[in-house]
Amino acid sequence: MAKAMARLGNWFTERAPGLMPMYRAHMTEYYAPKNFNLWYYFGSLAILVLVNQIVTGIFLTMNYKTSALEAFNSVEYIMRDVEWGWLIRYMHSTGASLFFVVVFLHMFRGIMYGSFKRPRELVWILGMLIFLVLMAEAFMGYVLPWGNMSFWGAKVIISLFGTIPYIGHALVEWIMGDFLPADATLNRFFALHVIALPLVLLLLVVLHIAALHEVGSNNPDGNDVKHGPKGNRWDANKPADGIPFHPYYTVKDLVGVGFFLMIAAFIIFFAPTFGGWFLEHDNFTPANNLVTPSHIKPSWYFTPFYAILRMIPSYFGTAIWGVLGMFGAILLLALLPWLDRGEVRSVRYRGLGFRIALGVLVVSFLALGMVGAGVTAELIPEWFPSADVTTWENAFGRLMVLGYFGFFIFLWVYTHFGFEKTKPVPERVTTHD
Amino acid sequence: MTKRYFSSIALAFGLLVGSVSALANEGGAELPTAGTNVSDKASLQRGAKLFFNYCVGCHSLKYVRYSRMASDLGLSEDEVMNNLNFTGAKFGEPVISHMPAESAKSWFGKDPPDLSLEARAKGVDWIYNYLNSFYLDPTRPVGWNNTVFPNASMPNPLWELQGIQVAVHSEATPGHDASIEKLELSQPGRMTPEQFRGATRDLTTFLEYAAEPAALERQSIGVWVLLFLAGFTFLAYLLKHEYWKDVH
Repeated sequence: MAKAMARLGNWFTERAPGLMPMYRAHMTEYYAPKNFNLWYYFGSLAILVLVNQIVTGIFLTMNYKTSALEAFNSVEYIMRDVEWGWLIRYMHSTGASLFFVVVFLHMFRGIMYGSFKRPRELVWILGMLIFLVLMAEAFMGYVLPWGNMSFWGAKVIISLFGTIPYIGHALVEWIMGDFLPADATLNRFFALHVIALPLVLLLLVVLHIAALHEVGSNNPDGNDVKHGPKGNRWDANKPADGIPFHPYYTVKDLVGVGFFLMIAAFIIFFAPTFGGWFLEHDNFTPANNLVTPSHIKPSWYFTPFYAILRMIPSYFGTAIWGVLGMFGAILLLALLPWLDRGEVRSVRYRGLGFRIALGVLVVSFLALGMVGAGVTAELIPEWFPSADVTTWENAFGRLMVLGYFGFFIFLWVYTHFGFEKTKPVPERVTTHD
Repeated sequence: MTKRYFSSIALAFGLLVGSVSALANEGGAELPTAGTNVSDKASLQRGAKLFFNYCVGCHSLKYVRYSRMASDLGLSEDEVMNNLNFTGAKFGEPVISHMPAESAKSWFGKDPPDLSLEARAKGVDWIYNYLNSFYLDPTRPVGWNNTVFPNASMPNPLWELQGIQVAVHSEATPGHDASIEKLELSQPGRMTPEQFRGATRDLTTFLEYAAEPAALERQSIGVWVLLFLAGFTFLAYLLKHEYWKDVH
């Protein structure tokens, strides 16, 4: 048996000579730092969720009807009449939300340990492109069930393009293919959601990983394992602090997968709407262009950016500043490798200013999420009955917008003018299990 | 190190559960909870009986088939066809009200909505409280009003069970309009208030089922899935532990 397998293996390698070297370069002989901690699970988990979205998505398209008349009914058909349809749909809808949970944590890891810095700028840029495509993918997927929030969400988000001077209104019509989100909009969003954007996403993921493996992984100590001392138990010329990705990190990631799947399964089987956050109440009502939901708000993962849009006021008779602010919030993230001039990567050895700024970034991002989701508008009258909700919400929200953008400005000033007092970075990694 | 892992996972899980419970009262207004239990078959059957006696005259459940409902509620085909199906629909067909749409418009001003997904769109607490909050209001076209859904077009379909409630208004004071303080039973119905709350709870439970039939099975399946995943994770951990002996 073993001999037959070996012969089969040889048969393949003779006919596809690039396969084994590639497998070695990316798996068995890709030396990753041995000190990865909890924060390093989210990359592989993002791939897991991506695969889940593609597989469950394929099964959903088998029963989904792309038509403004039938879409809503077909989703209920999937939920009730298709065998295991409810499970497939909940896996897809929960997967969408967890995709963002995982990606946000993955990005935060990159900022915290300086993974975006030289020589990994390209890895970071490709990651930001993945994030951008993922947001477009999620937005269009959200429109497909054609519930009332799908309709109004689509209307509000597409209308953002209407703020662009001169061409705005024509552009909005061109995107929708109608004067309102309608059958034409639904059909093109379906095409983009199930084929165009997933293809781009897969390509970007391959490039993201290829770019990473070219320069090697960063680690919680932020030191340069690849160019550090050599010699480990597998190879005398490979990094002393590196271990083969396979089998060591594949088995370790398997543990992370197990924990992650338990959380996912808990949501899918016991709280699939997650209290209205993963599947909104208003989206169980069919799309109706005459009835506006009481609060139009995007899915939770867009709320921080949506809050930036809402909190920036109009000037000179145009609301484009909010739109620019929203896209600027993402652009600044992409520019991090050039805004942060500090040489030290990991938060472990960076100055106090960076730690505080990082805390401010996290707090303002979460707070903006609450503003965008309408949580603050509910909490303010509860906690401060006499307060004027709009004034207080604007004051709070704008402070948080300042906190978010302040992080990037501070970081540039802090590192460009050499205010940062860093600690010495050890040559070898410090902790590992 | 492992200890730190588990404490951070526990923390993450705590935050997760905390945020869900914080969201449970997302509706804002303090409505008493419905206290439904969708896996209570007897409650579901009582609720179905109420729905088909008092609601289906106007409201459809277009996503619910009689046959599926029968098997989910533990009823036989004969029981459903003789006691619950009054429209002459076939057993495999969905629950469609026979009220003509044009008449509905002229009687109530609007087409009575399909209730298949009402429990998911509005929430069970809303439905339960709505059913308990009708009161007599001669200023409305149908003579009824509702404190949970002011100026609703629906008259109280369950009045003969509940009796007739009237609104008790608070005095208008300078700066404050007169408002409804509470609802009071002015004429008792066939049920005591206690019984009526039970009946509306059953009806709400049935609508909760109608909105998501999968709710009946997903939790019991979920327990097994979680147990399997716990076993899987444990084995994965042992495997990792074994392999990583090389690294130490």
